[in-house]
Amino acid sequence: MKAKLLKPTLTSLGLAVAGLFFLLPFLWMISTSLKTDAEAFSIPAHWIPRVIQWSNYKKAVTTIPFFQQTLNTLYISVMTTVGTVISSALPAYGFARIKWPGRDALFTLVLATMMLPFAVQMIPMYVIFRQLGWVNSFKPLWVPSFFGAAFNIFLLRQFFMTIPKELSEAARIDGLSELGIFARIIMPLSRPAVTTVAVLNFLWAWTMFLEPLIFLNDPKLYTLSLGLRAFQSAHTAQWAVLMAAGVIFTVPIVLLFFAAQRVFIEGITLTGIKG
Amino acid sequence: MSRTQRRNLWLGLAFVSPWIVGFVLFLAFPMVQSLWYSFTDKNVMGAGGWVGLENYRELLLRDKLFRISLYNTLYITLLGVPLSLGLSLVLALMLNLKVRGISFYRTAFYIPSIVPAVAASMLWMWVLNPRYGLINDLLWRIGIKGPLWLGSPPWAKPALIIMSLWGVGNTMLIYLSSLQDVPSQLYEAAELDGAGVWSKFRHVTLPMITPVTLFNLIMGIINSFQYFTQAFIVSQGKGGPANSTLFYTLYLYQKAFRDLQMGYAAAMGWILFLIILSLTLLIVRFSKSWVYYEGGER
Repeated sequence: MKAKLLKPTLTSLGLAVAGLFFLLPFLWMISTSLKTDAEAFSIPAHWIPRVIQWSNYKKAVTTIPFFQQTLNTLYISVMTTVGTVISSALPAYGFARIKWPGRDALFTLVLATMMLPFAVQMIPMYVIFRQLGWVNSFKPLWVPSFFGAAFNIFLLRQFFMTIPKELSEAARIDGLSELGIFARIIMPLSRPAVTTVAVLNFLWAWTMFLEPLIFLNDPKLYTLSLGLRAFQSAHTAQWAVLMAAGVIFTVPIVLLFFAAQRVFIEGITLTGIKG
Repeated sequence: MSRTQRRNLWLGLAFVSPWIVGFVLFLAFPMVQSLWYSFTDKNVMGAGGWVGLENYRELLLRDKLFRISLYNTLYITLLGVPLSLGLSLVLALMLNLKVRGISFYRTAFYIPSIVPAVAASMLWMWVLNPRYGLINDLLWRIGIKGPLWLGSPPWAKPALIIMSLWGVGNTMLIYLSSLQDVPSQLYEAAELDGAGVWSKFRHVTLPMITPVTLFNLIMGIINSFQYFTQAFIVSQGKGGPANSTLFYTLYLYQKAFRDLQMGYAAAMGWILFLIILSLTLLIVRFSKSWVYYEGGER
């Protein structure tokens, strides 16, 4: 009896403490973003701003070329997402639904490439893209995504393998080509997995930092990540405006999460299937 | 080879071809290229002259900063990865108990992990601000004078680890889904044998989730060795104070894109690759003694 009472209480307490750890920094960010600079530097700190400073948001949006940077980030994110989905789904199909000699060895190679640190390829890629005149353009950031990404191939293959073979066989008898089976049967049936790959990749592209840092030097081409960092180095002590900029950068992603919550959770669950 | 087999081979290769082309252009070729660079003194413009093993000798024998960056990286890997695996598992276990408000907590624990790294780093710089930050304010209220965190060499790395614990949502969800996959008959059987809460956890839950632990461990180590954005933001790309946040990839970036010593940085890249490769192989090799696969050997 005692143990039964104790367990839920202890868990609730643990959950509440953990909840504070994960949520307080957010609330602190929002609270600071609505204060004056002087108020942000008050001791002891208080949570509710005396007068709400919406002007911090206006200042953040006007000081950073926010609109331009959002467009840049959006362009890169959409291109890489389209590229990744197409170029990962095709190989995933080849690995999951066609039996051919050498397939499993090649798939092991796909998995092994996940271990390659970007730092190794980064330098030759920079040299190559520089020679092509692609530095200071968006191309180095999205073109490679049209050539398959190991992790996404793995994820989609897992899903494709769960679709019954009989469906493909019936379609083959009906005279559908392999590409037809892929496009008209497997892809529509895999909508959850495909959406997951799309959303996770979009998120990754939206927030990536090292790649644009290397390839984009012109402030007109900056992504939001680079823009925010440039803003930070120019306004080191203006925490209120910085936090406002941080909120603006984060909100779309949190909204995307709530709109596609199921997709996120299922996608990560798919990852976990790996043995 | 029969006709169908040959047809399937061509079909399979055709479907896989985007990846093959990408592998050659963006992985294999750059890897070979950077191996070549690592034996030269290449800068941005020129081809670079052959220097043999000089870059490697300099790195391994003389470069003090290289040693510091390796130490810093090992520090956050050895401390940060186990801590975040542990925290993820504890959170997942609590979420798996089906008490009230579970979906709220799941969301609350997960969302920090999708906050853009640049924004999250700035947020934590402010939360950890020695004078006006949230943490030291809370510590001050209970009579503790908090450390300088990111401004102090001994506290900067622990601060970054706390920051990374804030983003464990992904690992936590992977654990949660594997906990939900543990068959309930196993728990029932253990209860019949008189197992309590602890021994069920120790002898049923832990062994059943070892494959996921292996996966999280390897991914955690690979990511930790490539730790970059957060360190770059909090130290303005410098790795300070007193090189305490100069991590491997940050130093590599500085060498390549600040000092423009591409050959030297390429050698660093290859050493990094060899470290990650051998750690992964080592872990996989020793995993046979602690990872349990349902349905026997694979």
